[in-house]
Amino acid sequence: MMTITEKILAAHCGKKEVKAGELISARLDVVLANDITAPISIKEFRAAGAKKVFDPDRIALVPDHFAPNKDIASAEQCNMLRQFSREHSLSLYFEVGRMGVEHALLPEQGIVVPGDVVIGADSHTCTYGGLGAFSTGVGSTDVAAAMITGEAWFKVPESMKFVYKGKLGKWVSGKDIILHTIGDIGVDGALYRAMEFTGEVIRKLPMAGRLTICNMAIEAGGKNGIIEPDEITKKYVAKRARRKYKFYKSDKKATYVDVREYDLTGMEPQIACPHLPENVKPVSELGSINVDQSVVGSCTNGRIEDIREAAKVIKGHKVHPYVRMIVIPATQEIYKQSIKEGLVDVFINAGAAFSTPTCGPCLGGHMGILAAGEKAISTTNRNFVGRMGSPKSEVYLSNPAIAAASAVLGRIGRPEELK
Amino acid sequence: MKFKGKAWKFGADVDTDAIIPARYLNTSDPKELAKHCMEDSSNPDFMKKMQPGDIMVADKNFGCGSSREHAPIAIKAAGVSCVVAKSFARIFYRNCFNMGLPIFESVEAVDGIQEGDQIEVDADAGVIRNVTSGKIFTVAPVPPFMQELIASGGLMAYTKKKAGL
Repeated sequence: MMTITEKILAAHCGKKEVKAGELISARLDVVLANDITAPISIKEFRAAGAKKVFDPDRIALVPDHFAPNKDIASAEQCNMLRQFSREHSLSLYFEVGRMGVEHALLPEQGIVVPGDVVIGADSHTCTYGGLGAFSTGVGSTDVAAAMITGEAWFKVPESMKFVYKGKLGKWVSGKDIILHTIGDIGVDGALYRAMEFTGEVIRKLPMAGRLTICNMAIEAGGKNGIIEPDEITKKYVAKRARRKYKFYKSDKKATYVDVREYDLTGMEPQIACPHLPENVKPVSELGSINVDQSVVGSCTNGRIEDIREAAKVIKGHKVHPYVRMIVIPATQEIYKQSIKEGLVDVFINAGAAFSTPTCGPCLGGHMGILAAGEKAISTTNRNFVGRMGSPKSEVYLSNPAIAAASAVLGRIGRPEELK
Repeated sequence: MKFKGKAWKFGADVDTDAIIPARYLNTSDPKELAKHCMEDSSNPDFMKKMQPGDIMVADKNFGCGSSREHAPIAIKAAGVSCVVAKSFARIFYRNCFNMGLPIFESVEAVDGIQEGDQIEVDADAGVIRNVTSGKIFTVAPVPPFMQELIASGGLMAYTKKKAGL
């Protein structure tokens, strides 16, 4: 009797069964790093005297954090990825112009598929659990070793089950579900554990929302987030998958260390207040909080569904004179689709900036850094001190509809408040 | 291995942005990173005040957030000899073993150490001694595989052996 996480891990270490706590060495389907983390991996790879990567078609290097290069030092880091990719004929290197935010790009391009085991030197690698894959963030040294061997060691995590019932209200989405959950269990509430999301709400949730939920499993300390694949998954991967994929499902009698049930009927949009993702409140309990910047984008909420949601709210309105609104589609495909649907016009007509894909402001890299005393509402994933710029700035996390409404209102508020 | 130094205390959920802000991640040079270690934390002047060999003592979930290995690299390059916490975030914990920053879990030690206390950590015996107060605490045992990693000289040395490099 195994959970979906245990089944995928078992299948990747040649065992019939694995149990929580067991130490395994698993075969990896994809190994990922970005322009911040890959340079250390590349140095370690070379220092080890390695000459060849385990498979040039399974190592994805995505310069997305400080790219397009924000300064000379960042340009040097991106160049390390470029040169390494050429040297080893890596087929999954994505140059600016083809590049997207890694965790939006890989599922979109069918590079990660259901049933995979993936590691990435980026904590939000857990996103791919939305497809029914086991994926987890690691450090650069783990990636260096994996680029040589194609394997990584794991302790099989205990699983927690989160069951969501009821019906989501208008302007409530995957982001609100995961923020509500992190608010409940805390930033280490799932430390070292697998977070399995299920229930009628999840079964109806589109892939974008599922990816958002799994993306933030790390914000509760989780090793991975995961959702059993179904018809929605099938529809999403059918046109994209570059490899064969497999759907795994948890056994009914699988073991969970904790099962939590939530009734989401009537749940308001959720806001994570400074300076931890667990400081979550329903939007109506916030009071009047002025914002200087509104960001829609990132691996958490930069997909086309998110851009559409924000556009729907802001259409026909103007961004508040005191607010900078920055919209960043997570990939070039999403950018193109936004043009096609007239969404870029909507944002520009409203007085918002619309940018090429980058992680940019999410981690205080570039493209929207905050000054001391400034506040931002953002669809990103972290609101730590200094996350988006000055250590004296503040970040509030929300879904795209709230970020758009707040841009118009000049304070954190709901779409219903727009006249 | 033994570590001796003065304790610097930090609270719960110290995140990797507090340990090394992302604005400095356009380099992976340990010396450069060390200059900004703990700059956005509750003790922004940490680097000005600390002495090589000093020990960081933190509450639960130390190192949460990003996977950036720059965080343990910055701490190590700053000259911190080891970190004692009630618990560590998963990726940070894994990174420390991979790159060689000694870390120890002990709830009682964290509760029994004040900032400025002289601390002695005996890794082999699994004990932490508060020299200032005279109290002795035990350390949570390191899982056997992690011990093997340390004995091999870290993950890359282990991998080289395994890959025959």
